[in-house]
Amino acid sequence: MATLTLIQAVNDALKTAMRDDPDVLVFGEDVGPKGGVFLATDGLTKEFGEERCFDTPLSEDGIVGTAIGMAVNGLKPVAEIQFQDFIFPAFDQIVSEAAKLRYRSGGQYTCPMVIRTPYGGGIRGGLYHSQSGEAYFCHTPGLKVVIPSTPHDAKGLLLASIDDPDPVLFLEPKALYRSVKGEVPEGRYKVDLSTLRTAREGAGVTVFCYGAMVPVALRAAEQAAEKGIECLVVDLRTLLPLDEDGVIDAAKRTGRVVVVHEAPRFCGFGGEISAILAENCIEWMEAPIVRVAGFDTPFPNTLEHHYMPDDRRVLDAIERVWNY
Amino acid sequence: MTATEMYSLIKPDGGVKGKDPKLAPDELLHIYRTMLRVRAFDEVCMKLQRSGRIGFSIPNRGVEATQVGAAAALRKTDWIFPSYRDFGMALYHGVTPTEMMHTMYGNGADCAKGRQMPVHFTFKEPIKFFSISSPIGTHIVQAVGTAHAMRYRKEKNAVLASFGDGGTSSLGFHSGLNFAGVWKSPVVFLCQNNQWAISCPSSSQTASESYAIKAQAYGMPGVLVDGNDVLAVRQVVLDALERARKGGGPTLVEAYTFRMGGHSTSDDPTKYVPKKLLLEWEKKDPVARFERYLAKKKLWKAPLREKIYAECMDEVGDAVKIAEATPPPALETIFSDVYETVPRHIRRQGQAAFDLAARKGDAAAGGGAFPL
Repeated sequence: MATLTLIQAVNDALKTAMRDDPDVLVFGEDVGPKGGVFLATDGLTKEFGEERCFDTPLSEDGIVGTAIGMAVNGLKPVAEIQFQDFIFPAFDQIVSEAAKLRYRSGGQYTCPMVIRTPYGGGIRGGLYHSQSGEAYFCHTPGLKVVIPSTPHDAKGLLLASIDDPDPVLFLEPKALYRSVKGEVPEGRYKVDLSTLRTAREGAGVTVFCYGAMVPVALRAAEQAAEKGIECLVVDLRTLLPLDEDGVIDAAKRTGRVVVVHEAPRFCGFGGEISAILAENCIEWMEAPIVRVAGFDTPFPNTLEHHYMPDDRRVLDAIERVWNY
Repeated sequence: MTATEMYSLIKPDGGVKGKDPKLAPDELLHIYRTMLRVRAFDEVCMKLQRSGRIGFSIPNRGVEATQVGAAAALRKTDWIFPSYRDFGMALYHGVTPTEMMHTMYGNGADCAKGRQMPVHFTFKEPIKFFSISSPIGTHIVQAVGTAHAMRYRKEKNAVLASFGDGGTSSLGFHSGLNFAGVWKSPVVFLCQNNQWAISCPSSSQTASESYAIKAQAYGMPGVLVDGNDVLAVRQVVLDALERARKGGGPTLVEAYTFRMGGHSTSDDPTKYVPKKLLLEWEKKDPVARFERYLAKKKLWKAPLREKIYAECMDEVGDAVKIAEATPPPALETIFSDVYETVPRHIRRQGQAAFDLAARKGDAAAGGGAFPL
């Protein structure tokens, strides 16, 4: 088993999928010979040729729109949007088209496809290279929204997404691209979508998180443990469709819940987790559910480390619900 | 054929300019009957809407030659990415008025299971007639993706993407033509310039000399064709498809025509279409023009129109009876087809809705009036 970074695991997943199936095509801006601005597609054009990994015109609407057309006609497109911040010209194609096609055609036409895109802060990217837009997409029936946090899951979830019969938005935490390493099995394996992962066991406080916030939550949990608070850290991995039963179960196990995400708090995914728990197991709650999130402001550049939830803020929330 | 000089075949008196395509009589009469079938379907749907039996329809009067002419150029293995005003394309290829009427009613036999407004057809047989969505221009770029898949697999098929003059202002038009030009995709873009985007005239869409000339900027040929000349449209689209099949890449065809009815049954065109202009275009009626051609071929004489139209009205009338007798979709259809497998949260919501219906009865149906 190789030790890979998260971006290497993404690359490995793409190569694995392309080796297994000639209908898998990878395309987007600069994904060809350059291998992508983060090198997620490094070496693909060389190994599979320009017909299977290629650069497109600079148009997110065109990338996703053509991916839909390819998918309805039998190919398996894996489109890259260079930064999630630039996905909005394709919002119509994703939300109005890809997500609704199966439904609106009475099941006659479908578009199994993957849109990969790096999201989140931590690289000094400012307003337009740092956003976490998952909530926009989680409000879209028909779409799946997947966010890995480890190299193992990045590969297994991406392979599962490529095989999935429905369109998947695969959000990659760019802050973790090279900052996490882990063991990744060779060849094909899948991590089931809509299953959460217990990242740390604990009976004191449940911390729900995903993507780049998982290592942050784990660091906070480490510090909490030193203070005698054992945290159950849950990596949601798939936000839509969410493993609701798993979420409810994990919350009941401690009765104290913190939800962490980088995206702005208002109408963020943490609100949905809070509502699910309030509707299903409020009587189990020993303390108010606390959200730790990005501020309800645009994403700043120089002070991004203040904007993004860090172990300091997460630990503070853990202590608040513990001491309530 | 050029982007600024309009190509036509049938002269106003029914004679032929240039080379007669010499279609078999059966084919000519199928084209003619399809145009009348569209017209009959329109007339019935207008009455159904006015009497409150369906909520909405889209009139096709005036643009039948463009729809049917383009459809006649396609093979069954080609794909159509239609606009909402393309009834004639489906009918030409053998979709039945009954199948279409089910969608007008949104009943349990509707191809979209009652999920879409009337008119938003989806068919896979007898030709790929891609699912229509309401946003304008989104399908243009999707058509390029489908064409790209054909090219990738080295098939000899091609795609027809149809849209109106308003559609040329959309993001999808630009992305679609740009991608197709770069990729040399086997796709024919058919801009049906019926001169109106609901109430907005063509002059509010573009300052360009023609729509067809926009092709030049995307590195593909543009052809302006008389959209009221069914054989000219067929010829131009056929030539473009042949070029596409041979790897020659895409073409933008602008069919210059006129929408003689409203945008939809919810629209009153007398508010914005000058009466004089309408009368002018009434004289260019595509059905009458084709009749003069058929007459010269000894395939038409009065009262053939009345005879065929009456047959079409009977067909559509039967379709209405069948559609009205078909029950609405089951409650379950709200919750299926969102994903291949119904996820737990949707399953729960569905179960709650079924339980509520069992306890308190069905929800009250709405009035069915579309306010546009």
